[in-house]
Amino acid sequence: MIKLFSLKQQKKDGESGGQQKSTRSAAQLRITKDINELNLPRTCTTTFPDPNDLLNFKMIICPDEGYYRSGRFIFNFKVGPNYPHEPPKVKCETKVYHPNIDLEGNVCLNILREDWKPVLTINSIVYGLQYLFLEPNAEDPLNKEAADVLQNNRRLFEHNVSKAMRGAYIGNVYFDRCLNTN
Amino acid sequence: MVEIVPLNKKWNYLRKILERSGPFQQETFEPSGEILEFLNNTCKILVIGAGGLGCELLKNFAMMGFKNIDVIDMDIIELSNLNRQFLFRRKDIGKSKAETAAEFINKRIAGCKVTPHFCKIQDYDESFYRQFHVIVSGLDSIVARRWINGMLISLVKYDDDGNPDVSTIVPMIDGGTEGFKGNARVILPTLSPCIDCTLDLYPPQVSYPLCTIANTPRLPEHCIEYVKVILWDKENPFNCALDGDDPEHLSFVFEKAQERANKFNITGLTYRLVQGVLKNIIPAVSSTNAVIAAICASEVFKIATSCYEYLNNYMVFNDIDGIYTYKYEAEKNPECLACSSKVRTIAIKNPSSMTLQDLIDYLCNNPEYQLKNPGLTTTLNGKNKTLYMSTVKSIEEQTRCNLTQSLHELNLSDGQELVIADVTNPNSIIVKLKFTDNEVEMY
Repeated sequence: MIKLFSLKQQKKDGESGGQQKSTRSAAQLRITKDINELNLPRTCTTTFPDPNDLLNFKMIICPDEGYYRSGRFIFNFKVGPNYPHEPPKVKCETKVYHPNIDLEGNVCLNILREDWKPVLTINSIVYGLQYLFLEPNAEDPLNKEAADVLQNNRRLFEHNVSKAMRGAYIGNVYFDRCLNTN
Repeated sequence: MVEIVPLNKKWNYLRKILERSGPFQQETFEPSGEILEFLNNTCKILVIGAGGLGCELLKNFAMMGFKNIDVIDMDIIELSNLNRQFLFRRKDIGKSKAETAAEFINKRIAGCKVTPHFCKIQDYDESFYRQFHVIVSGLDSIVARRWINGMLISLVKYDDDGNPDVSTIVPMIDGGTEGFKGNARVILPTLSPCIDCTLDLYPPQVSYPLCTIANTPRLPEHCIEYVKVILWDKENPFNCALDGDDPEHLSFVFEKAQERANKFNITGLTYRLVQGVLKNIIPAVSSTNAVIAAICASEVFKIATSCYEYLNNYMVFNDIDGIYTYKYEAEKNPECLACSSKVRTIAIKNPSSMTLQDLIDYLCNNPEYQLKNPGLTTTLNGKNKTLYMSTVKSIEEQTRCNLTQSLHELNLSDGQELVIADVTNPNSIIVKLKFTDNEVEMY
């Protein structure tokens, strides 16, 4: 195959040739692809604070049906250098009364942690998040109070959600107004 | 005139291999005195990591005639290292591993020059890594492996047909151990499978469902993860990120995890487990390190001297029950994001009049590309730049102005690489711009 020893000597002679910086990381190649192919449902928009930085952006979800209809929820996406072998870090920046999202913005969505696979994309996460608003799941709670209410009294849960989105205390936690004004 | 060369007995055992032929030599091997001379004076190698494998490697190389050795490690010496990292003594605790190891070897082996680098591998750029003939790594992290892998791939230059220029390839020998198991592999970036090609060989990182951690813990690990993932950010006890090396942090995590374990009647939580979970500690066995380091060192020797066929390309070692070892030829992943993106070249005649829109039209209309909706990014001065992307509204609005600018105005230069994503291709493709005529044309 290649004979490295003799090549090395050549290398010594013509060492400092034209140098072209190329810092294309696997994460960059993949996120370029993911972002270029983002196919968002009507209810979602993205904002990129810096269009040159495809690794950090926000996803805004405005559900048009379900308990969270007419709310507006902002998620922060941080894509790490190990993407797609590690999932992006996703946090909900809007305080939301939701059984699977805690008050710090942690999101309990299987594909964001234990079920993440490199074949999944940013789009898959968006659909996952959207589903979370359509079908909040009381079985795997992060916000236990909200989950208990959802399980035992759906009417009250529905009432609490719309109250929280208008800006109100639920129990002793204050939720900021997050209605979609558009 | 008779020249008297003092016989250097020191390397006699190497001379037997390098200065005479033998039945097992590589076919093209030509024995000569120059090879030892090359090892001694010219060959420059880099050892990444001065820990368990690193200490063994440095010792091996110094005893094998390599005299120009660099070693890089960001860590400092801890008490628990001393049983196997034999270049360090009790008095060295708290000092840099790289510096201490280099000092030890330089003192012990006359003529050997080990240059230490007490920093992260990420602190250096291409110009540093390009200077080495061979790089050998004894790392404990997959992230670091992938970083150096990506770095070495980016050193490879291609000719206009997209074939790698072999003189720009820096071979990497990667060793790894975990308890009684170890492996060694030879990587010729872009020619043979790289770290990312075989990424699925590494066991997946253990991760627990967030809701289990938050509400239904069953294992002591769940309790530790709870403090790490949820409680730390909430309480922020030291106003900083959690550091698995800081004993105060460890005590805090241990205490809070214990509280949680008690609450859920979970047993088996220990301080060591806390350390293990936070730092991902795996037990180290010194004999495994010695075996793997010896194999890595022999591979470096074979590549540097061409005296024998090098490992093709993956060797596994296991001595849990008896000793078991085999090698196999791992295959390149044709879809590997790190090493398989074939670079295609586009010749550009007039970069000062050709606009980005013209380039995109070319990519869409040229029969070789026929792209539909390409998104283009590149790297300028080490920073990523999005040239144009039509699919995302907020990016489209901010990059639209680039369309009417010429390639020159966008600061794209000859040899610039563009990353192009398009629905027609499962992966991003890389295109290199070649400016065929830089002269200003007169009209």
